[in-house]
Amino acid sequence: MTFEQGVFYFLAAVTVVSAVMMLLQRNPVNSALYLILNFFCLGGLYLTLNAQFIAIVHIIVYAGAIMVLFLFVIMLLNLGDDKRLIEHLGLRMYLGIAFSVALLAELLYILGFSGLESAGPLSPASVEMGTVEYLGKILFTKFLFPFEMTSFLLLAAIVGAVLLAKKKLTE
Amino acid sequence: MIPLNHYLLLSAFLFSCGVLGVAVRRNAIVVFMSIELMLNAVNLTLIAFSSFLGDATGQMLVFFVMVVAAAEAAVGLAIIIALFRNKQTVNVDELNILKW
Repeated sequence: MTFEQGVFYFLAAVTVVSAVMMLLQRNPVNSALYLILNFFCLGGLYLTLNAQFIAIVHIIVYAGAIMVLFLFVIMLLNLGDDKRLIEHLGLRMYLGIAFSVALLAELLYILGFSGLESAGPLSPASVEMGTVEYLGKILFTKFLFPFEMTSFLLLAAIVGAVLLAKKKLTE
Repeated sequence: MIPLNHYLLLSAFLFSCGVLGVAVRRNAIVVFMSIELMLNAVNLTLIAFSSFLGDATGQMLVFFVMVVAAAEAAVGLAIIIALFRNKQTVNVDELNILKW
């Protein structure tokens, strides 16, 4: 096993374990911490795919901003007593498990017929493709319009978040 | 060399974990985290294909997915705060005021 493969399988294993642990935790704070671990490992996986810029942005945005927001909200709500949030094994839970296992089986079935096992190594172009320079160039030329549209989206999100969180809905 | 299939397998597993979380967990915040997990699974697929095919469009798409995820997290958590203020719970089974 080469170094590259070792890194990939280690990161993949930690990603899978942290995703499962996130689902199994009763305390949402622990779930959030496992999700942060998951995000760091995904950032590492992006690096193995030569996507340096996306890897760094992923860690800054997800582990830095979004998860801090999550933790902040969990602390703010202060869900002290877990009695209010008893999650019992009902029929719906078994149905949910059955459906997600069925989805996984379908995805694996599709992958089995994809013929991608023989897909070659990473494209040589990917080495320079993940850099800020290359992505910046196409972001401000080919993808200029979607980039400008994201500013509207973020503005709407800011206004919406402030409006929703500001005061009670009943007022 | 790692085959493309392994990245896709990992991504499929993560996506299924996200679906499981949305279907099974009743805490609205954990449901939200599961949605982020699904978004990340798709991001991994996009970057894997982007790097294996040598086309940067996939990475650009991931960039926009991240913007949408950030906006979604901000608005969604604001909604959860507003709901908690009014109903004193984040259990999605008890938040059924939109029922027909």
